Amino acid sequence: MLYRENGQFKTSYADDQQIFPIAQDRWLIIGLLVFAFIGVPLLVDEYLFRAILIPFLILSLAALGVNILVGFCGQITLGAGAFMAVGAYAAYNFHIRVDGMPLLVSFLLGGLTSALVGIFFGIPSLRVRGLYLAVATLAAQFFTDWVFLRVPWFTDNASSGSVSVSNLHILSWEIASPLDKYLFCLALLTVFALAAKNMTRCAVGRQWMAIRDMDVAAEVIGIRPMFAKLSAFAVSSFYVGIAGALWGFIHLASWEPAAFSVDRSFQLLFMVIIGGLGSVMGSFFGAAFIVILPIALNQFLPALGGLFGMTISTAGISHAELIIFGALIIFFLIKEPHGIARLWSTGKEKLRLWPFPH
Amino acid sequence: MSREIGEVILDLKNVSLAFGGVKALTDISFDVREHEIRAIIGPNGAGKSSMLNVINGVYRPQQGEIVLRGRRFARMNPYKAAQAGISRTFQNIALFKGMSVIDNIMTGRNLKIRTNLLLQALWWGPARREELAHRAKVEEVIDFLEIQHIRKTPVGRLPYGLQKRVDLGRALAMEPSILLLDEPMAGMNVEEKQDMCRFILDVNDQFGTTIVLIEHDMGVVMDISDRVVVLDYGKKIGDGDPDAVRSNPEVVSAYLGAGH
Repeated sequence: MLYRENGQFKTSYADDQQIFPIAQDRWLIIGLLVFAFIGVPLLVDEYLFRAILIPFLILSLAALGVNILVGFCGQITLGAGAFMAVGAYAAYNFHIRVDGMPLLVSFLLGGLTSALVGIFFGIPSLRVRGLYLAVATLAAQFFTDWVFLRVPWFTDNASSGSVSVSNLHILSWEIASPLDKYLFCLALLTVFALAAKNMTRCAVGRQWMAIRDMDVAAEVIGIRPMFAKLSAFAVSSFYVGIAGALWGFIHLASWEPAAFSVDRSFQLLFMVIIGGLGSVMGSFFGAAFIVILPIALNQFLPALGGLFGMTISTAGISHAELIIFGALIIFFLIKEPHGIARLWSTGKEKLRLWPFPH
Repeated sequence: MSREIGEVILDLKNVSLAFGGVKALTDISFDVREHEIRAIIGPNGAGKSSMLNVINGVYRPQQGEIVLRGRRFARMNPYKAAQAGISRTFQNIALFKGMSVIDNIMTGRNLKIRTNLLLQALWWGPARREELAHRAKVEEVIDFLEIQHIRKTPVGRLPYGLQKRVDLGRALAMEPSILLLDEPMAGMNVEEKQDMCRFILDVNDQFGTTIVLIEHDMGVVMDISDRVVVLDYGKKIGDGDPDAVRSNPEVVSAYLGAGH
């Protein structure tokens, strides 16, 4: 009954084109943000920050990037891990090679480098689509794996290809404790999520979606496929690159190319498929599902076993975790192929009419 | 009638198009005058849709040229055609299924967008103003086509007749000078056809848009068009005002078969 838009009249197109045209949604999001910035730091311990919240935030950003390309522009990619790696290593090189380079600037430059590489590997999309494009982007994955392992310059001649960063700070703010890291990631994610939402509701987003839905018609009304596709590759790779830099600098602090293997690419693709293709919100749902669920199962299963007087071995738990996780993915995809975001919006639509469904 | 038919603005000269060994169009020439409604008719497979595809550059003819307001195009492409003010609708509705009606029609404004990606990402001054200005224009189209009630519905959920109307709306949002309509009334019931006829005549009358139209419903074609081209097996077999075409023996035999 609370979720009603009665009496909320729009008197201008600006009102109607807000991100959250319904006041309750607006308040919910503002509340969530306030909670994330102020409430969470008061409630949560270090372990949760390190193991769940920071990975969740960073992978949400990466999933958002993948969603721009796969969900909004319809160009499938298996190279997300590669662009994370490019972002991380490029930011690393700017960080160590240029004296006094501010952290944020090296992140942005890392993202831009990743965008350029993304444009390069996006060129095949002008000719091929679907599975063939997926294979072409897979090339990016194997190429970067090889480059960062074999070309010592990129890793500052570290013998194992492993690099590390320390002493990160923005002006005088030292990003050392898990709380600092969490706030830093959260702030970046908020900014980038807002920018993504803006792009997808503006002309450029419509160009991407037009190319996704019907490329011939898009061309006929004056959308250049080359610009639309390559801009999607660029923006997507930029986001993924920034996420990669965060993953390396903030989450891992020292990493090797294996951190951005093809497994990561698949993981990100699954996130957007489960979360909801073509939905900014969906990227967060997907990341939450994939990051949090395995850990939750891990904690929950022994307790469940104990309830029935069984003790489950550690190996048993990790097996069961995979089985249940896989089953849930299949269940969601059968039940709602458009992902959790669609469930969410259908739920909201029903709630607006509840308790009278017609 | 308030509109006055003007000079020739689109002139097709000796266009031939073949797909491998199949000749879709053979040496076709005809012209379109400003502000007129020009119909292209013919039996199935006569090459009507191919003709439209040639005009807006989806297909490249092997021979012939297109003269648009005195500019010669040996090779047209869809982007150039759109810039030159040609827009079109599709026979099998080619809407963007995942987008709402508003967004679909907004894509028609694409060529008029001036701000760049960065401004749009920030929803910054000019980008925001531009977006709202285009929204106002799109609302005019929505009012014109009487689809206010479905403006936020995803087009995939709309019935066929309304989808056709949205398709027309997207083409109109470009503010075209020439509008190509590929079977705008196919598969519609009588009332929907009447509505569509009214919209086509209104577009022509109010905005002075030149219309090139493919249609199978002879009653409609003969009623609303100023001149008619008849194609059969990729060749032009008739051209003229509706009455002349109706009494052309070649046209009659193409439609009814030889020994009628």
